[in-house]
Amino acid sequence: MNLTVNVEKNEKEYVLALSGEIDVYTAPRLKEKLLPLTKEKGTLVKINLEKVGYMDSTGLGVFISALKSTREHGSHLVLTNLPEKVFRLFEITGLNEIIDIEEKVRGGL
Amino acid sequence: MQTVNLEKENYKQLLKRFIEKNDEETLYKADLFSKESIRQNVTPDEIIHVYIQALEDLYPDLPETFRRSLDFLLETMISYGVAYKEFQEMREEQLEIKSELALAAKMQEKLLNTRVPEIKGLDIGAISIPAKQMNGDYYHFIEDHRGNLGVAIADVIGKGFPAALCMSMVKYTMDSFPESRMLPKRILQLLNRVVEKNVDPGMFVTMFYGLYNPDSHDFYYASAGHEPGLFYHGQHGVFTEIEAKGLVLGVERDVTYKQYKRRIELGDMIVLLTDGVTECRRGERFLERDEVIEVMKQYTHLPAQQMVERVFRYFEELQDFQLRDDFTLIVIRREN
Repeated sequence: MNLTVNVEKNEKEYVLALSGEIDVYTAPRLKEKLLPLTKEKGTLVKINLEKVGYMDSTGLGVFISALKSTREHGSHLVLTNLPEKVFRLFEITGLNEIIDIEEKVRGGL
Repeated sequence: MQTVNLEKENYKQLLKRFIEKNDEETLYKADLFSKESIRQNVTPDEIIHVYIQALEDLYPDLPETFRRSLDFLLETMISYGVAYKEFQEMREEQLEIKSELALAAKMQEKLLNTRVPEIKGLDIGAISIPAKQMNGDYYHFIEDHRGNLGVAIADVIGKGFPAALCMSMVKYTMDSFPESRMLPKRILQLLNRVVEKNVDPGMFVTMFYGLYNPDSHDFYYASAGHEPGLFYHGQHGVFTEIEAKGLVLGVERDVTYKQYKRRIELGDMIVLLTDGVTECRRGERFLERDEVIEVMKQYTHLPAQQMVERVFRYFEELQDFQLRDDFTLIVIRREN
């Protein structure tokens, strides 16, 4: 299974639409695309996870790196449309308390 | 095993026979010749060189243009010879790395080794199987001077070498804590600081820490974002999730952890696991937590060690079963 990352830019906002699986094989590529965006001061990086069918802890690692980077560079990270299974990972690990999560989707994929 | 004569003369005879007879048997011998050549590190261009010489011996009157074309062929093969030698060197290096890795894995096993303690009134079982050579899961038992049992189960994100190194750090930090009674929330708080300071930004560790008082049968626990464990109610024969909230280790500098307490009755069990247990894959599908619980229910009548082993074996024997992550399962049962 693969992961596609679609990036859209409007003014000071990036919207990333992810589709596929985030695991140990696809996470490095996501990190490569995501991290540079968090280094622009004042930008909002919004990630839509609606079409993510599976994510493991390696994926959480990518979002933690991104969160740390936004704090360092004065940008902001928001996750939206999390399928329930993906949201559960954030909940178990307590990361939902420190990462801005806008919406979760009932059921999901 | 048939020995093959790698002499030029042998090659010449094979070539001659094949040109004359065009037979399968000689082709088979040619195949053996090439295999033996590989075994003896003969490069592709060397074989072509032997071929040209044999051909010239057999047919001294080859047209000059054809002869020259053979030199041309030889020239274009030389780089393959060089590449082949590099490949062989890499293969040797790889073997070396492999044996070093095996050694490191053995060392890690020794370092992280923990003895399952024998405590009156408790039956304890534990199993930990790495998905790859090095284990990124870790469990640890400790008894303090008052006879309390401390139990830790942890999972470091990622697999292989970096995960294993991180786990060794956690283990040494835990060893350095004073032996007096340490509360779970305090242990997680201290560990978090060490992990936060020492790991890469994207790395983290999840841990569940519990402290069992064998006199009062109170179980104190706290979780740093770890896969929820299970309580088994002996009287009703049901499993319920251990609810404990807390942030994973290594993400924020100052984190306080909530500590919970529960009384364990006769026949009750505490089941601790890592997400390797719930991330087992069957073909395209992941096992659901409920399925894992159903499997555990089948073995609750067994002694704790047998129970954890049977649960693992059950999954291992499933068709299409694939261990995606390190697998660790601990069972602590209160008994007479």
